[in-house]
Parts: sequence; structure tokens; C-alpha cells
Amino acid sequence: MREFGYERAFDVSGAVALIGSDPDARFLGGGTNLVDLMKTGVERPALLVDVRELPLDRIELERDGGLRIGATVTNSDLAAHPDVRRHYPALAQAVLAGASGQLRNMATVGGNLLQRTRCGYFTDISRPCNRRSPGSGCPAVGGEHHNHAILGASEHCIATHPSDMAVALAAFDAVISYETADGPGELPIDGFYPPVGDTPHIETTLPPGALITGVTLPPAPVAARSRYRKVRERASFAFAIGSIAGALDVEDGVVREVRLALGAVASMPWRARAAERLLVGGPASAEAFAAAADAELAAAEALPDNGYKVTLMRNLIVAVLTELTEEVSR
Amino acid sequence: MTTTTGITSVAGAIGSGRTRVEGRDKVTGAARYAGEVPFAELAHGWLMLSTVARGRIRSVEDGPVLAMPGVLTVLHHGNAPRVDIDYMGMLGRPNPIVGIFQHDRVPFAGWPVALVVAETSEQAREAAEALVVEYDVEPHDVAFRAGRQDAYTPESTPMVQPETEKGDVEAQLDASAVVVDAEYTTPEEHHNPMEPHAATARWDGGRLDVVDSNQGSSWVANELAQLFSLDPASVRVRSEHVGGAFGSKGLSPHQVAAVMATTVLQRPVRVVLTRRQMFSLIGYRSPTAQRIRLGADADGRLRALDHQAQSLTSTVYEFIESSAVLGRVLYDADAHHTLHRLVRLDVPTPTWMRAPGEAPGSFALESALDELAEKCGVDPIALRVRNEPETGPVSGLPFSSRNVLACFEEGARRFGWADRDPRPGLRREGRWLIGTGTAAATYPSGVGPSTAAVTAEPDGTFTVRINAADVGTGARTAMLLVAADTLGVDPDSVRVRIADSDIGPAMIAGGSMGTRSWAWAVTIAANELRERLALGGGIPPEGITARSDTAEAIGALSKKERHSFGAQFAEVAVDVDTGEVRVRRLLGIYAAGTIVNPLTARSQFIGGMIWGLSMALHEEAVRDQVSGGHVGPDLAGYHFAAHADVPLIEADWVDDPVPGDPVAIKGIGEIGIVGVAAAIANAVWHATGVRHRELPIRPDRVLRAADEARRRATDGIPVGMEEGGTRGGPAEGGARGGGAEGGAPGA
Amino acid sequence: MTPSTSSAITLNINGEKYTLPVDHRTTLLDALREHLDLTGSKKGCDLGQCGACTVLLDGRRAVSCLQLAVAAEGRAITTIEGVADGERLHPVQQAFLDLDGYQCGYCTPGQICSAIAVIEEHAAGWPSAATDDVRPEAGVPALSAEEIRERMSGNLCRCGAYVSIVQAVAQAAEVQGKEAVA
Repeated sequence: MREFGYERAFDVSGAVALIGSDPDARFLGGGTNLVDLMKTGVERPALLVDVRELPLDRIELERDGGLRIGATVTNSDLAAHPDVRRHYPALAQAVLAGASGQLRNMATVGGNLLQRTRCGYFTDISRPCNRRSPGSGCPAVGGEHHNHAILGASEHCIATHPSDMAVALAAFDAVISYETADGPGELPIDGFYPPVGDTPHIETTLPPGALITGVTLPPAPVAARSRYRKVRERASFAFAIGSIAGALDVEDGVVREVRLALGAVASMPWRARAAERLLVGGPASAEAFAAAADAELAAAEALPDNGYKVTLMRNLIVAVLTELTEEVSR
Repeated sequence: MTTTTGITSVAGAIGSGRTRVEGRDKVTGAARYAGEVPFAELAHGWLMLSTVARGRIRSVEDGPVLAMPGVLTVLHHGNAPRVDIDYMGMLGRPNPIVGIFQHDRVPFAGWPVALVVAETSEQAREAAEALVVEYDVEPHDVAFRAGRQDAYTPESTPMVQPETEKGDVEAQLDASAVVVDAEYTTPEEHHNPMEPHAATARWDGGRLDVVDSNQGSSWVANELAQLFSLDPASVRVRSEHVGGAFGSKGLSPHQVAAVMATTVLQRPVRVVLTRRQMFSLIGYRSPTAQRIRLGADADGRLRALDHQAQSLTSTVYEFIESSAVLGRVLYDADAHHTLHRLVRLDVPTPTWMRAPGEAPGSFALESALDELAEKCGVDPIALRVRNEPETGPVSGLPFSSRNVLACFEEGARRFGWADRDPRPGLRREGRWLIGTGTAAATYPSGVGPSTAAVTAEPDGTFTVRINAADVGTGARTAMLLVAADTLGVDPDSVRVRIADSDIGPAMIAGGSMGTRSWAWAVTIAANELRERLALGGGIPPEGITARSDTAEAIGALSKKERHSFGAQFAEVAVDVDTGEVRVRRLLGIYAAGTIVNPLTARSQFIGGMIWGLSMALHEEAVRDQVSGGHVGPDLAGYHFAAHADVPLIEADWVDDPVPGDPVAIKGIGEIGIVGVAAAIANAVWHATGVRHRELPIRPDRVLRAADEARRRATDGIPVGMEEGGTRGGPAEGGARGGGAEGGAPGA
Repeated sequence: MTPSTSSAITLNINGEKYTLPVDHRTTLLDALREHLDLTGSKKGCDLGQCGACTVLLDGRRAVSCLQLAVAAEGRAITTIEGVADGERLHPVQQAFLDLDGYQCGYCTPGQICSAIAVIEEHAAGWPSAATDDVRPEAGVPALSAEEIRERMSGNLCRCGAYVSIVQAVAQAAEVQGKEAVA
């Protein structure tokens, strides 16, 4: 870890000004995925701008029923908030499924969105990695990849996005607000994480120097009946090998509205729009759920050791939609 | 001066639960571990490890690094003090990895190539990261797999006899009504004690003083003396508190580096390993590929037992993971063959890790027994009763005591085994399939020479000096109880001094031998003291001290099969749609001689069982074939059980007197893990009808196996070819006996 | 202009103020262990993956290995050295001691600090991943063994003392008489 300067910001414009256009400067939130990367040498910033004390720590229920979440809200406060738990239970569950109580107390909403992949090659600077060091290659393709992407990956990178929270946000059409020296801006989560293509090192579409200020969830009555399921290699405190955020509204056995987003299968939280399109207006049956899952996963490209994820995600989609259907009928 | 007449005799300290002597220090944070003892002028060393798996160091560009802030020195093969690794230590020749910076050869990824020492740890870390090391890279081979053509049978060592053989295995297999022939694999596993290895070294009045974290300070002191050609009396090693060890804490590169640096700089130097460095520097459990062939009569009586285990070693040192040894103790057969084979690869040398040999070996053998029980249609416990030997199956020697069947009987009663329906794949609770399984456990009860001193102090108290190491076992407290019991005094009047090589030589905390070895020495000294005090008279200011040395008594022990035994029971839940496996219950019943402190003993048994659970479901280090190094060598990449994985676990024991044994204590450090992974795998089969012969039983493997089983059920492929692969078909005489393997899980 | 890479800071630890110069790279954990001789907080992984370094920041548990010391200025820091009431152990400490909720002791300070916070978080009505229904209308579940296990999962123990740790946390919660808010 190289030596670095440290500044604490107290307002958004001050924070943005401190970072300026310095490519070696980083915003420091909870530090739970910056300080560890600094220790392993993946990140070598020259300046940290501490944004934890910015006045962005509120969660507000908007008049239209949507939710406005400040960027420095901790994961713990997000998951404990009554409005989140009432109106977007899958979001609370997703956050609670991530990391540990300690890390959730530190980690912020903004930082969670910007988490880097946990691919073991990315975090080891002695190895090639196109995401960390463009053009150096991707050893995961021919190496250890049993927990790598099956959707939207490329030969240049098959890493997955590690966030649980972002999967729920994707299901609920979150909009991410940011501030730059040129003023504020917004990005829908759908366009926030760009396709991998041949530029895996470009991890978001945020403009340079932008500070995430918050996340807005549009009103979504369907979200009140939502669930997050996470499968991992131990019962807690582990990253997903597959996860799903689902919300469902059924009337007279017919799907009126459905939201599905998948985690640990792509370089971004994967909104399952193909499945959603097939389901809406059709029967809420196990067969329909399976057909929708198959439609979504038709594009999956498996390597020798991660093909099980196709089965896993198919089963998870059917299981969570079935559970939600049962919940509706109760 | 006090007199001895006031001593109140108190009986029965042994066997009464007592909280740890150092407990208050541990719960208040006052207990200081190796990296936490302060020294003035302390400098910090940071090791730099090779990033290539094989080759030579062309250059270490230390110039720019020496100019960095705070950097005091950079040690490497070009300038480090010379050491001598050609010696015979307490446990044999040293692993050449302790001869750091002596040559330019790199035998594996993670070999120490330099030590950067700086004023602060931050400066040392950054300088180590900045240090450029150039290599001439050579092709490497790190591919461990079953049946490698270059596998060889190693020579016998004092620790391991690679092969035993009696009878004609092939003939007995041919004559068997039922045959199991299966391959099992276990992955590379790492100790990962919570406290990373740390040592602070300094020269103090002409003596080398090392504050360390280890399993035996006499052992480490002696190794350091030989390595640096020092008078053993001039080396002192202390390890007051040790944050877990499990076989990994002997002499490692960090102590050597600290001693080199303090010698060069003439100021105290601390070297602490990072979690990632621990994956390369301190040893690990070799992966294994094991083939087991069992031949039996229709009622399950064994005619043939053949256990062949392949493991790996490095190119610089030979270590045998003795997976096949437990069959030499557990089961007799008309023909009996056990064999260990090694493959030399460009990887770090494996070492002892909690229940070395028995842990992976029991997964294979106790899974195979379950497969045999299934094929014979015999209850797994009844099968073990049927094959209970009278004497050592290979040695023919009598057992010092053997109460494994009592463990099964008590365990079955408490677990509710009698109500079990043996058919697999029948029990469902919501999304979970439920199953139960069992396995036997055994581990040797060894002993090593130790010295002890027990002093009656003038104030009426007693001081016990035994150079034990308390790696979390409660050794201090156990020795206190042993001494109090022998002296017949209140334990509160006894203090115990351990973990300082100046106390005098004693057995290490390892191989389940510590408590037995130390207790023997303490008992002899305390007995002698008691006799001397019984003569009456005063106690001089320096006290009265009785000393012991068990070397001779150990040499006089009669030849017997001395082992602990146990029975493991597991209940699991499996979601075949997601591949998740949860352990819902574990019960272990042990026959392990005298239990000194039931409170801490129960903790230790349960801790071992949790290791078994982790081994079954979680633990696996992944080696990248291209670079030859690990992928994700940290506690996020290498999983062991977290709180949420661990259900209510019960451990208890049956009476296990050891007639004629001078201590009757057997040691309990390893037996808790033995058999647990098999019990869990057997329970997964009972839940789903699918055998898992590859550890860990990860969700992806469960999903694949379920897919495979479903396909087989659809395509009508014969049974007996599940995950992991039973070798051979009926034509080869492999899978005879048939037997229902259960239907498609979850179907 | 090259920014300064060190600062003089004041840390509020266990109710006492400590002023010290720190390299910005110094984590709170290293400041405690290497500069302030408060070695009760342990370094198990240094990457936020084991919980051995858990302390309380403004009353909430956090891993001090990922907390830069300079960024901890102005916050109330409680370490294992500060949880007892003088000679009287905290109920969680006492329960760990009585029920043998540890073996080697290295993860213990982190487990204890975490447990203290778990009892508070549960009393404050926070749900967990083990909570069936997280909606506020469902109320807060009892602090069952399953809830304790999930909430304590950020604290790894390699000796495998989990069973008695869970019992100790349950006992301490009972002794403290903390009721979850509805």
C-alpha cells in the first residue's frame, strides 16, 4: 500500500471538488471494498476523500410511494428501515444476505453498488486480469471458474458482480443519482453496469470523478410481495453462487406483474426480462415458471465448471416464483 | 518457613469441569499472543514470496527499496546469514523451507525470496510490494490426480510404514459374495489457525530470545539452535498463548527470518505472516486420491480389505499423508492390504494437519463401509459389530483398550438410530431431503518423553513446571487438575508454568500426545513430591522441588495397539434443487481413556467434529494449473464453517479404563474430526440416494450428481456408477453384489 | 501539491482520548495494536473476512482492519479492553468464561464485541437473514439459536467453539434482560 493523502468532505460539492479529475483519487465510504483492495495492491490511490460524513444518510418515502435512499446510508440502516422492509422486503433480505453484521454497519449504499468482483485472479496482482490490467488476459476462462458468469460474459472476462443489494435494486428499476463538477446526473441501474465486451475494466457508466449521491426506487406495489434467495457455499458470510430477487402479482391464477433479477451469474445484476415478458399475462404455474426460466437461460454460455449454474438458476426461478404464488394465495 | 502438615487432602480434581486458568485473560483481551509483546526499538519484517512455481532467482533489485522511507534492510539469497539445514531434529530432518535465502532455486509458488525490514509495518509492506525480483522461469507441474504414472511408494519412516500386507487380496475378492470398489478424493486443505504465525526475535544478554506462536517451544528452540549453530542453552523460545495451531505451528520461515534480521540489525524484529502467505509457508493437508476395495460374505463379514492412498509431496521434502493407516486398526479381513503412494510436484510440502492420515482416510474407508452395508442389506452399525477384531488386524498385538462398540451402542441410543429406515431418498421436509449416517473413528494414543518439575512453595502453594503448549486445548488447566489430583490438594493452590523452553524439554502439543505425555511427567514428579512431603519437616525458602523424566518409562512400555475410538452420527438436510447441504445434528461418542477436564474436553471434541463438518462441506484450496499458485488463498476464498453452518452438536464419552497403563489418558485432539465427513456423506446418500465420493460436497457437485442420477434413471443406465465413480463394472468383477442405489433423488 | 500522507489525530477509545501521529495507511486495528498497546483486538486475516478485529464504533460493531485510523477520528471506539465494568466482567464475557465459549482465545475478543452488538441490534428490532418475514408488521423474532448463529456468522472460529459461543450469547442476552422492541 503506497502512501496517500486523506481529506474528509462535509458537503457534496466539496467532495467532488477534492477528487477533481485526479485518476489516482478515490472516494472512501465504509472502506470495506477499498481498503482490502489497497492491502492486496489492486488499488493504489494517492488521495482518499472520505465521504462518510456527507449529509446523504437518509431514507425517505416519497409522496408517490417510491423510496429515496442516500448514498452513505449504511447497509445495516437500509435493511433495518421499516419502509424498506414493508415496501421492498426483497431489498432488505438481499442486504441482510450479504457480508456480515460488522461489514453491513460499515458499508454504504454507494460503495455497495461499486463493489469490485471477487474473482480470485482479479484480486491477485501477480496474475493476468483484463479487468484489472487491460490486455493482460483472463486466466479464469481456462482456470478456476466454478463461480463465474454464465450470462453476458465475454472471452475477455467472466467475472461476476458480487453485490446482493444490487440484484434487488435491479429488480425494482432503481435509478442512481450522482454529482460531478458539472452538476448532477442520473443513471437507471439497467445502464449503470455496461456490457463486458472487450472492455471489462470499464465497470460502470458513471462519468469520471462522479460521486454517487443516492438511489431512487420508483413506486412498485408489486415489490411488497418480493423475496430474495441466495445460494452459497456456506450458510452465511459468503458470496453467492446464485441468487434471485423476485416479485410477483397474481390475480385469478394469471401473472399480472413480475420482477426477476439474478445474481452471481453475470458481471452485473441480471434483470431477467425475457422471463418476465413470457410470464406476464400467462398462468402462474410451475410449467410456466420453468418455461420462462428456460427462455431466460437460453442465452447462457457455460464453461466446463460452471454449467451447474444453469440448473441452479432454473430451479431458483421456479422455486421463488412458486413460493411467491403460494404467498399470494394465502 | 511453613510446615507440610497443613495440607488438606482434596480428591477428584481430575474429571471435574473447570474453567480455563487463563480464561479471564482471554475474555478481557489481556492475553498476549506472539505478535503482541511490546519491545523497544522493534522493527517489522515483511516476507516476499515467489510468484513463479519453478525456476531460479535471477536478481533481487533491492537498491531502490533500500532508499524507501523507513527501510532498514532487505535480506535475500545474496546476503542473508548462512544456516545449516543438515541436521536431525526431534521429528526428523527439517523441511528445507526453513533454510530460507540460502540459494537461488525456487521450488514452488510462494517460496520465500526476500525479507524487507522497516521501522513500521506499513513501510515494510509497501517496500516488499515494490521489490522487483526477476526469475528464470522453468516449466512446472502441479497437477495432482488419481493414477499418475509417476506415483511411487516411499521408503518407511519412523512415522509411517507405507505398506502392510497379509493374505491374498485378489483371491479373497474373487471369493467374496459382495464387493465394493470405489475411489474417493479429498482436496488440499489448510489449517488456518485464527492467529497467523508470528515471531519476535532479539538478542538479549548473549541469548537469542524468541517470542513465538508454536506447538512446542523446546522443539522450536532446539531447531533454531541447530539451524543457526548455536549452543542450545543460548536459545530461549516462549509461546505463552497460541491462537490455534492444528499441526501447522512448528519451525517455519517466519521465525528463521526474524532471527536472521535481528542478528543483522541487532534490534528486535517481528515477522508476522499474512493470511495469504500462510497458504504457502506453513504446510497443509495434501489432497488424496484413494481407492478402496472391500470383499465380504453376504452377511458382511470382510474377506478382503484393500486401501490404496495417493497423496502429494514437494520436490524438496517427502511427507506422507497416511490415509490408509486406520484400516490397520479398525477392521480385520482374511486378506488385508494398505498402501501409500506419493507424487512429487512443484508445490509446497504438506504437513500434519489435525488427524493427519485418519481424517481423509476415514472419509474413504468409512464411506466404503457404508456402501458395503448398503449392498449387503446390513445395518451399518451391525456391519461394524460383525467385523470387530480381537487384536490388531495387522500387528496381532492386543489393544490397550478398545470400546468402539460401546460408543456405537451409546450413540445409537441417544441418536435414535433404531428407528432409522435404511432406504435412501424417502424423507422430505419442505424443500429438504433428510438423511442420517454414521461412521467409526479412531486415532493413535501416542506418548513422547517429557520432563516436569513440581515445587512445594513455602506459602503452601505449588508450582508445576511443564513445557507444554496451550494451543487452545486447555493444557494449563488440565495440568493443574492432574497435579492437584496427584498431590491431593485444592486446585486453587496450584499454579502451572508452561510454554517456555527454559523450563526444560517436553513433548509438543501434537498428535493427540500432549496431555498424555505431560500428565505422565507431572504425575511422577507430583507423586515424588507428595512422598517427600509426607516425610514431614519444613519447606525451605526456595521450596522443595521434585523432578521427572519419562523417557525411560516410555521405553519400557509394553507393545500394544493404543488408540482412542469413537462413533459419529450425523443428520443432514439436502435441497437437491439448489445443492445446499445443511448438517442438522451431529453426535460423537468417544472412548478416549480418562477425561481430565470434561468442560474443555467437550469443547475439543466438538471442535474436531466441526472440522469434520467443514471438511465434508466447505474446505478446499484451489490451485491454478497455469501459475502453479492458489486462487483465492484467504478466508473469503477458502471456506470453513461459520456459525450458521453449525447446529447443536453433542459430544460425550463412555468409560474407557486402560488396564495397566501408567496414565490412562489417551488424548483427544484429533479423534473428533475422524469419521465425521464420512458420517455426513453417508447421511447425504441416505437423504438423496446419491453417493458423494469427492469432498467437499459443494452445491455444484450435488446439483451435478442429481442431474446425473436423473439422467441415469431416465436412460436406464445401470446403478453403481455415481459421482466419483465406482470403478469397474460387473465384467471386471468390480460392482458385484448390485444392490439398490435408490431412485432419482427428489424425483 | 503533494498531500500530506500522515496526520496527528485524536482517537476516543474506551472513553479516553489518545493523540498520536498516524501514517494514513495505518488501520484502526494497527493503531490499537502497534501504537497504543491495546492488543486485545486481533488480526486474523486483515481483509475483513474473519471478524477477529471487531470493535464498536459509535456503539456499532465494525471490523477495525478495514477502518483507517485517520477516518476513525471523532468516533467513539470501544475495544475488548473497554467492555467490562472495572473488575466486573460484561455479562457476555462472563458467559464465555463460564460456558467455555472459546478455545485458543484468538477470535474471542471479536466474538465478544460482536455478541454485545448482536444483543443490541436484536433489541433494536433489526431483522437478520434468518428472519422469516422481515416486514415490520411481522415483529421481531425471538433471539433463537438460529438467529444468533446467523447474526454471529461474521466471526469465524477455527477451533470450533461455535456451539458454546451460541449458548453464551443466549445466556448473556437473558442475563441482560434485553427485550426486542415490537
